[in-house]
Amino acid sequence: MRQYIYAFVVGGIICVIAQVLMDTTKLKPAHILVLFVTLGGVLSALGVYQPLVNIAGAGATIPIPGFGHAMVSGVLEEIEKSGIVGVFSGGLKATAIGLSAAVLFGYIMALLFNPKG
Amino acid sequence: MAKKNPNIQQQINDEYDQLVQQMKPKPPYLRNIIAAFLVGGFICLIGQFVNNFYTGYLKLSVKEAAGPTSATMIFLGAFLTGLGVYDEIGKFAGAGSIVPITGFANSIVSPAMEFKREGYVLGVGGKMFTVAGPVLVYATITSIVIGLISWLLKS
Amino acid sequence: MSGTKKVGKQTVKFTHQPKIISTASIVGPKEGEGPLGRYFDKVLTDNIYGEKSWEKAESKIFKETIELAIQKAGLTEDKIDFLLCGDLLNQTIASNFAVRDFPIPFLGLYGACSTMVEAMVLAAMLVDGGFADYVVAGASSHHDTAERQYRYPTEQGVQRPLTAQWTVTGAGVVTIATEGTGPNITYATIGQVIDLGQKDADNMGSAMAPAATDTIFQHFKDTNHSPDDYDLIITGDLGKLGKKLTQEMLKQKGLDLTGKLEDCGVLIYSDKQDVHSGGSGCGCAATVFSGYLYNQLTNKKYKRIMLVATGALLSPTSSQQGESIPSIAHAIVVENN
Repeated sequence: MRQYIYAFVVGGIICVIAQVLMDTTKLKPAHILVLFVTLGGVLSALGVYQPLVNIAGAGATIPIPGFGHAMVSGVLEEIEKSGIVGVFSGGLKATAIGLSAAVLFGYIMALLFNPKG
Repeated sequence: MAKKNPNIQQQINDEYDQLVQQMKPKPPYLRNIIAAFLVGGFICLIGQFVNNFYTGYLKLSVKEAAGPTSATMIFLGAFLTGLGVYDEIGKFAGAGSIVPITGFANSIVSPAMEFKREGYVLGVGGKMFTVAGPVLVYATITSIVIGLISWLLKS
Repeated sequence: MSGTKKVGKQTVKFTHQPKIISTASIVGPKEGEGPLGRYFDKVLTDNIYGEKSWEKAESKIFKETIELAIQKAGLTEDKIDFLLCGDLLNQTIASNFAVRDFPIPFLGLYGACSTMVEAMVLAAMLVDGGFADYVVAGASSHHDTAERQYRYPTEQGVQRPLTAQWTVTGAGVVTIATEGTGPNITYATIGQVIDLGQKDADNMGSAMAPAATDTIFQHFKDTNHSPDDYDLIITGDLGKLGKKLTQEMLKQKGLDLTGKLEDCGVLIYSDKQDVHSGGSGCGCAATVFSGYLYNQLTNKKYKRIMLVATGALLSPTSSQQGESIPSIAHAIVVENN
């Protein structure tokens, strides 16, 4: 139960930060997404994001900073295993399922549906 | 008529902008924050359920469950976009439905669907990543730069 | 200037008083549900209108509106001397594709959302100058074609700021003639491009308000009229914020339009329709004039009105390159004699 509450609260707070940025600055959704994914990666490197994931689970992995975190931690792990090569393979390896899903489902939905306007 | 003096023009522009800022309706900050919190939190809650399904029923480790969990959430976001529901959620929730990975899926499906009429290669294929593309670019660059730094520090 | 038809710096006075002998308007479902719904000739049940794309739908709407305007004037296509049309799409395809089946000499126009009045002014000049007996002028916009060109794909889940406006789906067309029954066009004031450095593409009312202010002020200066000579001064698509700004700036210049100034974009939707600042697009001024205002004129509700259509002359490219938004406003005076 506690896990669900943390997921809800932490996920909600991350979205609130983005909302405040959108309402008070000129940043558009695309800028917010890029900013957050980069931030997630940097926080991951600083060792801050993984503890957040440990506490909040999906509350930290489902928001877009979680994607940055997944790529960076993937790279860092892969460096341990295969050195410099891991710098280039780890990120995409760690997020491969999500990316394939995004391309596949994106394509299928575009085939099946038409925009309603 | 004389050409406009740039300095005076700048002053006129600044004065006008003050008037605009003064008269402009302010966004309903509190309402937006609450909506973003509730919807964003709720999407993550669903993510946690999905994750626990994979770890509980399918006995995957937390790490193994991460991929299928995001794939499932992406499917949900993509499907709701196809049904024409996600833009309505977005209108209500703002960042609450943009920041979760379902919003990432929405940003892929909406242009893909929108530009289908311009063909399957240049339309669907070409426009699919108009918003998601920059996210991938910066996530990849970030991970490589951080990886290089960490590798250099180690060796 | 040797001609006698120009008055002051930017205004022309029509000495032969061209008449608006017919109007036609076709709108989308949302506009039909709005407060002015019953004044439009036809309200569609959906925005796609049986076509394969929104662009095709817009052209079809425009084409049928032109046919209807000609028909309501009791004319046939071969009687029309010139056709003047414009819209918002790149290379004005909505217009160009709409008119390709008409055997009528055509001039394509672009003045962003000011296009309707631009077309009416030029049509009135052609008629007044003795170059034509019948000219058809019109403009069109479509919410979904505009949205995907200027902003986001229609299914993307984004929150629109309160200053954002909603592009009207609809086309408005008028027939302007030397003879016939209908209100007269008496004056036109052609605007200059004004740019006070506003950059927010989600706040076009603020970008366009200075242009509307300039043209309205210039009109009164050129003609020596006073606001009391008009029953209504109506801007094209400034929206709520733009209207407030225009009223305020004109007040500062010594022109009080309280109770006289309205905006087509504010009138076309109700507050319940979730359009934030109001309607926009070429179709906004075009349909509100062709539907509601023309009706009020022919029913003698108004004696003399001034329609000031406003246009934000930006493109997605200019916005992305950080450019400000140049704007324009053209005014036309229509009155019963």
